Amino acid sequence: MSRKQKKELCKIVAALFLFAFLMLSEKMGMFPSAFGNPWVNFLLYLCPYLLCGLPVLRKAFLGMRNRQPFDESFLMFVATVGAFATGENSEAVAVMVFYQVGEWFQSYAVGKSRKSISDLMNIVPDTANVERENGEVEEVDPEEVRIGDVLRVLPGEKIPVDGIVISGKSMIDTAALTGESVPRAAREGTELVSGCINGEGMLRIRALKEFQDSTVSRILELVENASENKSKTENFITRFARWYTPVVVFCALALAIVPSLVTGNPGVWIYRACTFLVISCPCALVISIPLAFFGGIGASSRKGILVKGSNYLELMSDVHMLVSDKTGTLTEGSFRVSEIIPAEGVPEDALLCLAAKAEEASLHPIAKSIREAWEAFCARGADEADGKYCAGRTDETFGISLGESRNIPGQGVVSVLAGEGLEKIISSDSQYQNSERQKTNPEVKQGGFVFLLGNEELLRSYGVPFEESEHEGKIVYAACLAGSGRPSYLGAILIGDRVKPHAMEALREMKRAGVKETVMLSGDREEYAKAVGRELEMDRVYAGLLPQDKVSKVEELIEELESASNDSGGTVGNAYGNRDQSSDGELCSDGTNRKAVGNGGFPQGDESEELLDKISRCLFRAAVLFNRRSRGRLCFLGDGVNDAPVLSRADVGIAMGSLGSDAAIEAADIVVMDDDLMKIPVLVRIARRTVGIAKQNIVFALFTKLLILCLGAFGFANMWLAVFADVGVAVLCILNSMRLLRG
Amino acid sequence: MKKKFKCEIDCANCAAKVEEAVKKLEGVNDAKVNFLTQKFTLDADDGRFEDILQQAIAVGKKIEPDFSVAL
Repeated sequence: MSRKQKKELCKIVAALFLFAFLMLSEKMGMFPSAFGNPWVNFLLYLCPYLLCGLPVLRKAFLGMRNRQPFDESFLMFVATVGAFATGENSEAVAVMVFYQVGEWFQSYAVGKSRKSISDLMNIVPDTANVERENGEVEEVDPEEVRIGDVLRVLPGEKIPVDGIVISGKSMIDTAALTGESVPRAAREGTELVSGCINGEGMLRIRALKEFQDSTVSRILELVENASENKSKTENFITRFARWYTPVVVFCALALAIVPSLVTGNPGVWIYRACTFLVISCPCALVISIPLAFFGGIGASSRKGILVKGSNYLELMSDVHMLVSDKTGTLTEGSFRVSEIIPAEGVPEDALLCLAAKAEEASLHPIAKSIREAWEAFCARGADEADGKYCAGRTDETFGISLGESRNIPGQGVVSVLAGEGLEKIISSDSQYQNSERQKTNPEVKQGGFVFLLGNEELLRSYGVPFEESEHEGKIVYAACLAGSGRPSYLGAILIGDRVKPHAMEALREMKRAGVKETVMLSGDREEYAKAVGRELEMDRVYAGLLPQDKVSKVEELIEELESASNDSGGTVGNAYGNRDQSSDGELCSDGTNRKAVGNGGFPQGDESEELLDKISRCLFRAAVLFNRRSRGRLCFLGDGVNDAPVLSRADVGIAMGSLGSDAAIEAADIVVMDDDLMKIPVLVRIARRTVGIAKQNIVFALFTKLLILCLGAFGFANMWLAVFADVGVAVLCILNSMRLLRG
Repeated sequence: MKKKFKCEIDCANCAAKVEEAVKKLEGVNDAKVNFLTQKFTLDADDGRFEDILQQAIAVGKKIEPDFSVAL
């Protein structure tokens, strides 16, 4: 509770007591002479009214002075003055006091939810310990840390800037950023992300980034800006409030004047008009809808999901098609040798050894996987003496050394290998016995031969006779070029990519959460991509796509969703044209209001019909907004590495595993900090819940208000019920929104 | 130049009003008053930033007496 809130609370409680005392004494007939006199009575009730209502009156006057009169303060001012004028003094005070109670509660609730969200995002480090050249440690503000500074991070401290560990060992708690509760190990050479909490050990780190470029600052900025990207629902409410209040004021005016002219009983009708005004306050909607989205964004960030705006949360609730990249998103993106298929007569181990040697200098992930496989093979060979291969193979077994090596992009490696062991390996094949070989092929040096390792294109370009493998997965072919120029095929190595452990489960969950179709895009060969797709039960698989193909594919899919929605439920949408344009364009734009104002707020004949028509159209649009059969949304899931264009083209682009990757954070609409696929169904659920709560609030508030408005107009509802319709509904809506923060 | 300040604002509607008024000031490229995060963002001409900031606060205070910016 802030100081201001405490002060307000004191005033309200004092006013409440004073008011209760006045009411009791009047009802019990204690000071009949005082309460009997209308002026004294008025003055007595004016005390609690002014005690708590002054700020409201001030705001109402300020609004009028600034020519923006139509807000809730104005409504309250008019309503209470009207109540006083008709002699309903106690009710005027009640309205003001309870209105203030509601306002106070609102500010308290918003403050509380704001705090709980900022607590979630409490990742900002307070200080940094910089190690100076003379060895002294100085405590400074994180903003003063320069790149290259050496920092000490004590146990339990937050890592102030992104950096790399120079010395020390510890476990790092990344929960605040990723929602992941298992700490990560950090030792020399580990790159650390700011905002994480150091565990038991002390670390010395070198700053890689300044504070304002560090992950922590970027994330905070992102979350803070999130509430500025307003959702359609929020925008609808803002626009709604803009024309709603003036309309209500003129309706009330009409209610006060027209029937009293007819029936000649102005007191009753003015009282009813005031009731009408009190009920109509739009504050329940204006505050609870943004609060719901704010809560949804907060709930997601607690799970390590950063949503860049309420609009994305709203779109996410309507995702029909989940399009995912394969490598690195659904699969781990790390390769491993899954099978070795040597050509006849070539020993398996020899093939692997040659391949490993040829790829010795390469940094390509596939090369790495082959080397790893060879190392693993060597280690395993020592244990297994199964007779097929000699136990204890090592690099030296074949005595091969790597000569020159040339990388052909997109095809493979061509390298010159040499070594006496070679003869042994290939002796089984008589082709290599050709004594002429050194002379005929210039690339072949004494005691060596050219080794080809790569895809089918490479082998074809060298004219190697081979059979394309039917196997699934990436295939690396090996061949050697003997002196005669007659190349010979040595075999193939299959490279597989593991599907992420939770991928299957996550996809099933997504279907359960309401995603209708799952699509996989991949740059890999068709058979392999299809195999992974089958394994994951994807509905559709598109393979062999270049990055730019992926964009056009996503565009195609969006069009497909559009036409699907036109076919099935397009009736409402068609009746009012393209929903996106119509509902955005003129949800009873200001023109309507001005016309009504210009007419003295007393629309008659054609004018009033026109106004009614506009109102009903607006209401209809509101209905469309609710029941719209708009096209389902497409969400693209990528790792943010080279799919930025696709991320931005999709309705919602989600980047996975992006902790520390600036490019991904920049390009995506939603960023999942670690690479846990299970976060996606969680996100869909949060999104649905948020939008659900927002809609509940709209429906509940509008319905209750409409009902009591009608009752009020016909005299069945008094001020007390009106106060409930205003304050009570607002409080209930806020409480409803706050549920999101707990879940 | 764009700068962000902590501010105090009482309601969403007030925030929108202040935002609109500040945007109309000369030299202001963009302004945002965020009720939920209680942040005031001002994007204004570099040379006169301080001056414009003071004006913006004054205008905000005129419209909403509760508006205050922590500098």
